[in-house]
Amino acid sequence: MSSQTGGYYLPAPSHWPIVGSIGIFFLALGAVLMMNDGGATATVVLTTGAAIITYMMFGWFGTVIRESESGKYNEQVDVSYRWAMGWFIFSEVMFFACFFGALFYMRVLSLPWLAEADTQALLWPDFQNTWPISGPGLSEKFTPMGAWGIPAFNTLLLLSSGVTVTWAHWALKKEKRAQLIWGLLATVLLGVVFLGFQVYEYAHAYKDLNLTLEQGAYGATFYMLTGFHGFHVTIGTIMLIVMLLRSIYGHFTPRNHFAFEAVSWYWHFVDVVWLGLFVVVYWL
Amino acid sequence: MKEWDSMKVASSKFKLIGTLLFLALPCLSFAAWNMDFQPGNTLLAHDIRELHVIVMVICVIIFVGVFAFMFYAIFKHRKSVGHQAANFHENTTVEIIWTVIPFFILAGLAWPATETLLAMRDTSTPDMTIKATGYQWKWGYEYLDEGIQFYSTLATPQEQINGTEKKTENYLLEVDNPVVVPVGKKVRVLTTANDVLHAWYVPALAVKQDAVPGFIRDTWFKAEETGVFRGQCAELCGKLHGFMPIVVHVVTQEDYDIWVSEQKNKVASRHIGGKDELVAGAN
Amino acid sequence: MEAAHAHDDSHDHAPSGLMRYVTTTNHKDIGTMYLWFSFTMFLVGGVMALTIRAELFQPGLQLVRPEFFNTMTTLHGLVMVFGAIMPAFVGFANWQIPLMIGAPDMAFPRMNNWSFWLLPPAAILLVGSLFAPGGGPGAGWTLYAPLTVQQGMGMDLTIFAIHILGMSSIMGSINIVTTILNMRAPGMTLMKMPLFVWTWLITAYLLIAVMPVLAGAVTMTLTDRHFGTHFFNPAGGGDPVMFQHIFWFFGHPEVYIIAIPAFGVVSQVLPAFSRKPLFGYPSMVYATASIAILSFLVWAHHMYTVGMPVEAQLYYMFATMLIAVPTGVKVFNWVATMWKGSLTFETPMLFAIGFLFLFTLGGFTGLVLSVVPVDVQLHDTYYVVAHFHYVMVAGALFSAFAGVYFWLPKWIGKMYDEKLGKIHFWLSIVFFNVAFFPQHFLGLAGMPRRIPDYSLQFVDFNMISSIGAFGFGLSQVFFLYVLLKAIKYGEKAPQRPWEGADTLEWTHLPSPAPYHSFEKAPQVK
Ligand code: HEA
Ligand code: HEA
Ligand code: CUA
Ligand SMILES: [Cu+2]
Repeated sequence: MSSQTGGYYLPAPSHWPIVGSIGIFFLALGAVLMMNDGGATATVVLTTGAAIITYMMFGWFGTVIRESESGKYNEQVDVSYRWAMGWFIFSEVMFFACFFGALFYMRVLSLPWLAEADTQALLWPDFQNTWPISGPGLSEKFTPMGAWGIPAFNTLLLLSSGVTVTWAHWALKKEKRAQLIWGLLATVLLGVVFLGFQVYEYAHAYKDLNLTLEQGAYGATFYMLTGFHGFHVTIGTIMLIVMLLRSIYGHFTPRNHFAFEAVSWYWHFVDVVWLGLFVVVYWL
Repeated sequence: MKEWDSMKVASSKFKLIGTLLFLALPCLSFAAWNMDFQPGNTLLAHDIRELHVIVMVICVIIFVGVFAFMFYAIFKHRKSVGHQAANFHENTTVEIIWTVIPFFILAGLAWPATETLLAMRDTSTPDMTIKATGYQWKWGYEYLDEGIQFYSTLATPQEQINGTEKKTENYLLEVDNPVVVPVGKKVRVLTTANDVLHAWYVPALAVKQDAVPGFIRDTWFKAEETGVFRGQCAELCGKLHGFMPIVVHVVTQEDYDIWVSEQKNKVASRHIGGKDELVAGAN
Repeated sequence: MEAAHAHDDSHDHAPSGLMRYVTTTNHKDIGTMYLWFSFTMFLVGGVMALTIRAELFQPGLQLVRPEFFNTMTTLHGLVMVFGAIMPAFVGFANWQIPLMIGAPDMAFPRMNNWSFWLLPPAAILLVGSLFAPGGGPGAGWTLYAPLTVQQGMGMDLTIFAIHILGMSSIMGSINIVTTILNMRAPGMTLMKMPLFVWTWLITAYLLIAVMPVLAGAVTMTLTDRHFGTHFFNPAGGGDPVMFQHIFWFFGHPEVYIIAIPAFGVVSQVLPAFSRKPLFGYPSMVYATASIAILSFLVWAHHMYTVGMPVEAQLYYMFATMLIAVPTGVKVFNWVATMWKGSLTFETPMLFAIGFLFLFTLGGFTGLVLSVVPVDVQLHDTYYVVAHFHYVMVAGALFSAFAGVYFWLPKWIGKMYDEKLGKIHFWLSIVFFNVAFFPQHFLGLAGMPRRIPDYSLQFVDFNMISSIGAFGFGLSQVFFLYVLLKAIKYGEKAPQRPWEGADTLEWTHLPSPAPYHSFEKAPQVK
């Protein structure tokens, strides 16, 4: 098996998947306990799960990196990775589509219905639908998040980070390692600053705007969309940091660097999602 | 000797099957072998039944046609009768035919279906309007024009359900306060719910409408004859989903008027299914 | 389904015993595990079904409390769909796709292992929810809000189980797509692939597209439950019906995820025992693809009674009816494949014919349900239950049985007992119909689904249905016996036990298929 049968690398038996499964089991169980007031047990189970998963990630990805660096992956394997990453990103697109769909549904369908005809007359007598709004049964006021402050600046940050990864990619192809490292570093920094602003924005929203997750249609979609996006930026940033470290160690060649490309695809995807967010969550 | 043995086995088998069949006979007579919709009591119910017959006829004809071919092949084109396999595997003409023809059959079906659907959804110009609110686990009714309000709860005693008492005829389909409507009048039913989804379903009136918390949905019926019509909640709503029936008494206009005046004397104390309840339920 | 040890794996110090299966990166081992897992879950889900049928044997509450009944219904649906049928076909995919396209293994063997080993933790969470405080989930397998918001901790366990199952499905599907697109032997063009491979390519695409949507839906349920969002609460501008839209955007493609690989298995079995090539191969491919595309456009036919605008109802009705056209093409092609063949009726063929006959019947009741006014009478009644058991049990499950009998010789190198196989078939088909045919009548007469007790007009058919269900269940215990007997005492199977089978696994590989097959890719003419 470790022998390269027909050229396509087939890995030897591995314990990483089962480690990952055990980790996920604890993680899920811990999360459930946490949400049901499981107290200290919950924390222990959850952290155990998270620790196992982290251990698995280091182990598994480390193995893959070693295999890649020792030249075990031929071109066909490389193509496999390309297909896989493409389809994975497609699945992520569908995940976000689900939440964009929810936003669309509430804004365009359910809120107007609540303010219409018999539904309004019999159930929500004084309800007027104007976006942004929480909903007919919630009375607390909140201020929506404006588009042209931090969010616009964040857009700028992410767009430039798209440019810097591409710049780094060019460098990689032309074997300019310094430019590669600087480009990646810049991208990571942009990502981190973006996240910093996002955290600040959330704090501001909770403290000053009374804009919380509980604020009905607007609050729920705002936090779920930006939250999952922020989570993806975090993952992307971590992956970029790994790429940065690997570049510093001297990994990647102009021909063999799909890991880098995969991360940059992912980063661009996160970028595009943000543009969608900026337009439909903040702006319109 | 051997032959005789096997005959004995065979005949005992026959005896067994015969006995079983004989024992099964009484079932037939007790059984309410109802294999169709409940008899309808609205024009729409008849239309729907007709529509169902049309679909069934189409399906049965195609089904019999297709499987006539298959069974013919099974009996005639089997290896054991020495049939040699042909080697064709394509014929553009038949493939086009069997793509296009079903398409037109379906278009033919879509026509009456659309007509019935449009009639079904036309809730305009009702003679009266009743609001039905689903609760876990009962129905609340409000006659919007008359101001009558009441709850309607399962009336079957718990002992019948547990089996300590004999089950009576309308087991699980009886309530304390039925809905009462006049015959021949277009009754518009507004549905909503107070907690989770329910559905207002009365088969003989050809009505099923989900009751969605926070929203008003509507449907209608116009009963042709007087009588008592029974239905059930048709959307899983928790523990007692199976125990929140709907009973509609269709009566003459005179009886209805009497009923209304009786009800009006009872003071309705509570506004059913309003905003306050919903908000309370939401938090 | 024990994958036999082949002679040539001595060089890679693979762990043996249990650890071999825990750490394996071999598609055959993984396929085997998927199949056994699936069968186990089938028995678990079956016991739940029998609990339901036992309670419904007579009117009145005898055996279980109503809330436990709801839990049984919910878990039966979830376990059968996610635990039994889907993993069964992923098992087939793992075993067969590399063999049928001449690949050395799946594209990502390690990830393949993980896709499988995510299932047991998910199953433990799902079935374990029964023991959570407050009991298991009782909102139906469709998990409609806001009932789900009311439930106890069992619902959270279910939600996380679904997340993990989703991860498994997405990884498994990416693996399958990549394998099919990138690992075919030279000369194996897309339009030369066996139809089973095509159906999985399309299914995997459906899975990647809709599993994330389900994940999103249950995530919203989770935040509505614990974090104060109002996605499904009108007081906050949400709508319970929105959950249904999102769920069925997943759910309708899901039923084709179940059906399409079943089509694939049948498309291998029917030609083999007709000794005649599959009729209309290209149109089979196009029909399958059309079904997949249409399946994204019809989801609200599960929601005809929620009170959508009438225009939307009309659209969904027309679109749904349209699916009968490509499905019809498939049915006609299968019959044309048998036409003028040289038919024999070994067990796989019997199950394939049973599939063809009863799946079509179930398809027709689907058509009945697609007509809005009729569905308004039948929605949420036993008619629907009858419909989907025809397409999923007599359809997908029978097809899986056909596949097991068909490929078992290749997997274990031994033959099953033909006579016993045939008995399994006849028991199954008779009891299946006894169990589920009467449910049509119950539904027409208006018996709602998901109720633990019913009124007296439904007594007789329920009793018959329960008897059929127990008979059907026992027939499946018999199936286990047939399998074990084959594994232990089966006669040695030749390389190609079926005269008409002509895909690579039969023409190029001995039985059982060696642990490592196609290390050198075969040349396909
Ligand atoms: C394997 C799974 C599977 C498959 C393949 C199908 C196939 C179909 N289903 Fe089914 N369905 C389910 C699984 C499946 N279904 C499940 C699980 C539910 C319930 C979920 C729940 O609520 O819990 C459900 C519910 C369901 C409903 C909602 C019922 C309700 O709740 O009110 C509807 C309504 O339209 C429907 C329609 C159809 C149609 C039109 C098809 C079509 O694809 C069928 C097409 C096939 C044919 C028509 C037969 C062959 C064709 C010919 C021979 C050609 C000639 C024919 C003509 C011209 C008519 N299904
Ligand atoms: C592919 C999926 C699949 C499969 C294979 C089955 C298989 C079966 N299903 Fe079901 N079913 C669903 C998918 C499936 N089902 C779904 C999605 C629902 C909807 C859930 C919902 O409403 O939310 C449903 C709902 C459903 C209901 C309606 C419940 C309700 O509305 O309350 C019923 C009732 O009869 C039923 C019965 C059965 C039976 C008898 C079998 C049989 O085929 C099972 C046979 C197998 C066995 C019985 C196991 C083998 C035997 C043993 C382990 C030994 C013990 C045996 C004996 C002692 C005899 N199923
Ligand atoms: Cu109310 Cu079901
Ligand atoms: Cu569907």
